[in-house]
Amino acid sequence: MSTVVTPAPSSRPLLAVRSTRSRIGLARQALLQAIAVFVLLTVLFPVVWVFSLSLDPLNRSRPQGLSIIPEGATFEAYSQVIAQPTNNPIGFVDLGLNSLKIALGTSLVSVAIGVSAAYAFSRLKFRLREMLMISILAVLMLPAVATLAPLFVLLNQFQLSLPLLGEFNVRNSLLGVAMAIISGLLPFAIWNLKGYLDTIPKELEEAAAVDGATTNQTFIKIVLPLAMPALAVTAFLGFIGGWTEFYFSWQFLTKAEDQTLAMALYSMQGQFASTPWSLFSAFAIMFALPPAVVYFFAQRYITSGLAIGGVKG
Amino acid sequence: MDAIARTPASTSLRGRFGRSLGGGGNSRRIAYAYLLPAFIVMGIITFYPLIFQVWMSFTDYGLQNLRQGSAPPATVGIKNYVDVLTSALAIPNYFFVRLLAYNVWWAVSNVAIHLVLGVGIAVLLNTKGLWFKRFYRSMFIIPVVIPPLIVATVWRNMYDPDSGAINLLLAGAGKIIGLDTSAFRLDWLRQVEDPIAFIPLPLAFYAMLVTNTWLGWPLNSVVATGALQSIPNELYESAEMDGANGWQKFRNITLTFLRPAMLPYAIYGFVITFNLFYLAFFMSGGGPFGRTELLVTQAYRLVNEQRLYGVGAAFAVIMFFILLTITLITNRLAKATRSYDQS
Repeated sequence: MSTVVTPAPSSRPLLAVRSTRSRIGLARQALLQAIAVFVLLTVLFPVVWVFSLSLDPLNRSRPQGLSIIPEGATFEAYSQVIAQPTNNPIGFVDLGLNSLKIALGTSLVSVAIGVSAAYAFSRLKFRLREMLMISILAVLMLPAVATLAPLFVLLNQFQLSLPLLGEFNVRNSLLGVAMAIISGLLPFAIWNLKGYLDTIPKELEEAAAVDGATTNQTFIKIVLPLAMPALAVTAFLGFIGGWTEFYFSWQFLTKAEDQTLAMALYSMQGQFASTPWSLFSAFAIMFALPPAVVYFFAQRYITSGLAIGGVKG
Repeated sequence: MDAIARTPASTSLRGRFGRSLGGGGNSRRIAYAYLLPAFIVMGIITFYPLIFQVWMSFTDYGLQNLRQGSAPPATVGIKNYVDVLTSALAIPNYFFVRLLAYNVWWAVSNVAIHLVLGVGIAVLLNTKGLWFKRFYRSMFIIPVVIPPLIVATVWRNMYDPDSGAINLLLAGAGKIIGLDTSAFRLDWLRQVEDPIAFIPLPLAFYAMLVTNTWLGWPLNSVVATGALQSIPNELYESAEMDGANGWQKFRNITLTFLRPAMLPYAIYGFVITFNLFYLAFFMSGGGPFGRTELLVTQAYRLVNEQRLYGVGAAFAVIMFFILLTITLITNRLAKATRSYDQS
């Protein structure tokens, strides 16, 4: 009876008491810890396995067994990978530069062009708005592989004879791969950024309009700074996509100097490849590390940036 | 009071703002100017190739038409579509109905497992008073941050029959209970016989299911954790006072709050898994006998290996309609559940 009459302010300490009482007992704690540790082991197992493989000496083509630090552990696989990971005469740095060019180029272009279109879709009224948005959604539904045939055939027709560089086929170049990636990345960027812009309150822009700001001024001075988190997340996701892009590069590129990291990884892993597993593992680790480290520390930021774009789209 | 007093002012403000943007021809010109760069680029490298693809799908476009100045491909009508749908293509191990059925089952089975594990582990880590919570949460994100391309190649290596980690691990465990280590030479990704006689799925399916479970549950857990933390504690407390047991609390409170958050994510996960190229391509290579091929990997093979560009284009158009159907069904599903929640 007295608890019912108790006025609101004292309900807080009461709740605190109750929540300490609901803490779990030791037996339950031990059981849950055991489950959590088991899950942790399954999560870490492949990572530890690849790391220990990468420490094998180069003259051992396959591992001798399961061990965290193998016998005769050495970092020579890493130095070999940096020098020349595959039969192609190209080192890790050059492979990485090719992947970096594709990743940076596609993500920056898509975000830069995409944000102005996203702004128009989110804030401006115009005829065909609905129809254009549906056309973007329809494109988004298609996986990149589904546009492989026409992009390959069409880009292949851009054969130029340049005075100094000789024959230049757009399809057989990093530029061609980048164009093919942007074809799918730009609609994604527009959609994701529009979803984020929709969640930004309009009051600031309204105030700016009252003060006589033009649409351009509002966009550059108010909307762009507010959209920075979404711009960063969209660019980062595009970057990871470009960094690990496989299907277009594998289909388009034939020159050894244009090889990317993903292409090298595939040729090292192929069914009949004689690459020692230590090389493959060292390569995989160096390939995965840059995006993994950024993703790991910016994870909360990234999932929220994407979730907003996806759910409110 | 304050809010009521402010309402008229802010609506008139919005009205003026709206007029300044949506009104005369000038602002419409501005809107088109903002759209122009994106639509020029997309017109050239997105929409035009897609239209070209539809045209290609009615031709026998092949390697012979690729070189500059070569003869244009012959029009073959709907032959490519008929061949794709009736499995009449002259390529090995191609059977459209099996391909589609396997692809749907692959997505359904994966998403179901991801959801159950993701929610289960999120609930476990949300237990009040559990030690090292934050440590576990940060470690469990590891599979998400590794690019799936690399996950697939590493797991292929782990399933190697002779030196792969999985067989070594099983042999090690077998030794403890006294089994001969030579019993653990499973060819996970290439074994032809089905492991479970009455289920027509190859061992490679189960192997990749394990890999994709490793890859997929953590992100489900992140989403579920967010939803769990939004459930007000008072609900559990009042349920306790009403004498609800643990299962009743889980069913009536936890699941009710999780459903609206998890459903959109499950749909998103379904589409991602349906089109998951990397595992089927890098791990099993579609084998044995094309039985773990997905639509995306088959589409890639038609262009990359078979060089049947016309057939590949028809295949992509068919894929578009399959994905459109899936999108419409999932949208309806999402709407149906939403109204169920509100009622």
